[in-house]
Amino acid sequence: MGAFLLKRLVSNVLLVAIAASMAYFLAATSLNPRANYEGRQPPVAESVVDATLEQYNLNDKTPVFERYVTWVSGVVTGDLGETWGGKSINDEMGRRIGVSLRLLLVGTLVGSAVGVTVGAYAAVKQYRLSDRVIGVSAFVIMAIPVFVLATMLTLVAVGINDTLGFTLLEYTGEYNPALSGWDQFTNRLNHLILPTISLALGQIAFYSRIQRNMMLDVLGQDFVRTARAKGLSRRTALFKHALRTSLIPAATYFAFAFGTLLTGATFTEKIFGWHGMGAWLVDSIHTHDVNAVAAVSLFAAVCVLVAGFLSDVIVAALDPRVRVS
Amino acid sequence: MRSKVTLARLARNPQARYGLIALVLLLALAYVGPFFGPYDWTDKDFTSFLSPPSADHWWGTTQIGQDVYAVTLRGMQKSIVIGFLVALFSTGLAALVGAFAGYFGGWVDKALMWVTDLLLVLPSFLIIAIISPRLKGASWLWFVVLLGAFSWMITSRVVRSMTLSLREREFVLAARYMGIPGWKIILRHVVPNLSSLLIIDATINVSAAIIGEAALSFFGFGVQPPDVSLGTLIAAGSDKVTGYPWLFLFPAGLLVLLVLSVNLIGDGLRDALDPGSNK
Repeated sequence: MGAFLLKRLVSNVLLVAIAASMAYFLAATSLNPRANYEGRQPPVAESVVDATLEQYNLNDKTPVFERYVTWVSGVVTGDLGETWGGKSINDEMGRRIGVSLRLLLVGTLVGSAVGVTVGAYAAVKQYRLSDRVIGVSAFVIMAIPVFVLATMLTLVAVGINDTLGFTLLEYTGEYNPALSGWDQFTNRLNHLILPTISLALGQIAFYSRIQRNMMLDVLGQDFVRTARAKGLSRRTALFKHALRTSLIPAATYFAFAFGTLLTGATFTEKIFGWHGMGAWLVDSIHTHDVNAVAAVSLFAAVCVLVAGFLSDVIVAALDPRVRVS
Repeated sequence: MRSKVTLARLARNPQARYGLIALVLLLALAYVGPFFGPYDWTDKDFTSFLSPPSADHWWGTTQIGQDVYAVTLRGMQKSIVIGFLVALFSTGLAALVGAFAGYFGGWVDKALMWVTDLLLVLPSFLIIAIISPRLKGASWLWFVVLLGAFSWMITSRVVRSMTLSLREREFVLAARYMGIPGWKIILRHVVPNLSSLLIIDATINVSAAIIGEAALSFFGFGVQPPDVSLGTLIAAGSDKVTGYPWLFLFPAGLLVLLVLSVNLIGDGLRDALDPGSNK
C-alpha cells in the first residue's frame, strides 16, 4: 500500500512538473508582455523596456529556455517571480486564494449539502410528483451555463433593487470599503449571496442527480432490508445505513469539484467582480503576464492532483471495504 | 436487427422525442429563419441603435444597428457547426486512442495513457486561452481542433477498458489468427462494437462543445470578430444586460434550448441503447 502510494505520488509530481513547464513554454512564447509598454505617450525608450522586462524575467529577447531555467530555479525555492507590474506573485496569489476560498467554501458546501439532500429525498419519493419536479428542474439547470445563470441573477437583482427603490442585493465586488465593523460584515455576506447561488445551483442539480441514482441502487439492497428487519425504524435505516453508503460517489465528486473550482470559478468571479484565482486566470492572459499565467497553471495542476488524492482519502473513510484491502 | 430495436425504443422514449423535435425546430430556425427576416446579418440600420424588439426589428438592434434576429441566427449556425465538428473530432480521437491503447497494450498503452493523464492535468481552458491570441486571423477550424483536443480523455479511458475485454473475444481472436493487421481489427471489429457508447458520448460532446465554445468566446478567447457565435453575442449582451436585456436574452435563451434539446436526445439514446433498460 505504501509503495503504491509513493509510486503514485512520484508520477503525480512528475505530471505536475511537466504540465507546468508546458504551460510556461506556451505562455512565454505566445504572450507578449512588451505590448504593455507600447503605444504609451510619451513613448518609453526601448532600452528602458528591455531593462524592466529583464528585471522581471519577461524579456522576449532572452532565449525562452534561459528564461525557463530562471523561472524554474525560482519556483523550486518557492518564489513564483513577479508580475509585469513588478509585484510579487507569491503575495498576490496568497491574497487571491483567500478570496476564492471564501467564495468557494460557502458555495460548494451549500451546493453539495442541498444537492445531496434533494437527491436523497427524490430517491425516497421515487416517481412521485416531487421526484419528477426535482428531476426536470435539475435537468434544465444543468443545461444553463454558469455565465448565463450569473448574468440572469444580476438582471433579477437589478430588477428587485429597482422596484424596491434601494439596494437589497449587491451584485459587484466583495465588500463596500466605506463601511466598517458589523456593517461591513453584513455587507460582505450580502455580496456573497448572488455568487454563492450561481455557484451552488449547478452543483445542486449535479449532486441531486448522482445522489438519487446511488440512493436508488442502495435502497434495493439486502443490508437495508436487514436493517429494517432487525427492528430499526425507517428513518434510522435510511439515514444510518442507506445514506452513508450512497454518499461515496458524491463525496468523490465533492473533493474533485472543490479542487478544480479553485480556478474554475472564473465566470462567477469575473461577472460578480471578485478578484480571485479564477479571475486572475483571465486577467493575466489579457495583460500578457507570463509569470502570473505560469503560476496559475501550476496552481491549477497541483489542485487537480490534490483533489484526486483527497477524494481517495474520503472514499477510504466512508467505505470500509477500501480500508480493509 | 439491433438498430431497428434501438430506433423503435428511441421513438417510444418521450425524452428523446421531445429533444429531437426541439433540435429539428432549432436547426430550422438557424438555417431557414434568416430567409424570413427583413434584414441580413451584415446589414446595419443607422436609423435605430439599441432599439427594443419591434415589428421592424423582431428582436431589437445592437449599438451599431445590427438586427439582433439576423445576427443571433448567424451566431447560432456557427455554434451548431462547431458543436457537431468538435463532437465528431473528439469522440473519434477518443475511440482511436482508447482502442489502440487497449488492443496493443505494452508500451503503446503506457505512452498513450500517459499523454491522456497529462492532458487531464493541464487546465484546458487556460491552454486554449493562451493559444488563442495566435489564432487571430486564422481559420475558426483551428478552434474546433483545440476544443476537440481537450475533450476526449475520459472517454478514451472508458474505451480502453472496454477494448481490454473485447480483445479476448472469439471474433477478434479469429480475425487475428487469420493474419489481419491490428489497425484493421481495431477499425473493423473493436470500434463498431463500442458504437453505442460512442454514439452517446458524441451526443453529450455536442452540448459540451457548444457550452465550451460559448464559455471561451465569452472572454474573447474563442470565435473572433467579425465572425459571431452565440458565445460572442452573449458576451456582448451581458455587458449591457441591465439596460438592454434583449441583446442578452435571445442568444442566451437559444443556447440553453440548444443544449437542453441535445441533452434530452443523449439521455433518450442512453435509455434506448442500454440493454439493461426495459422502458
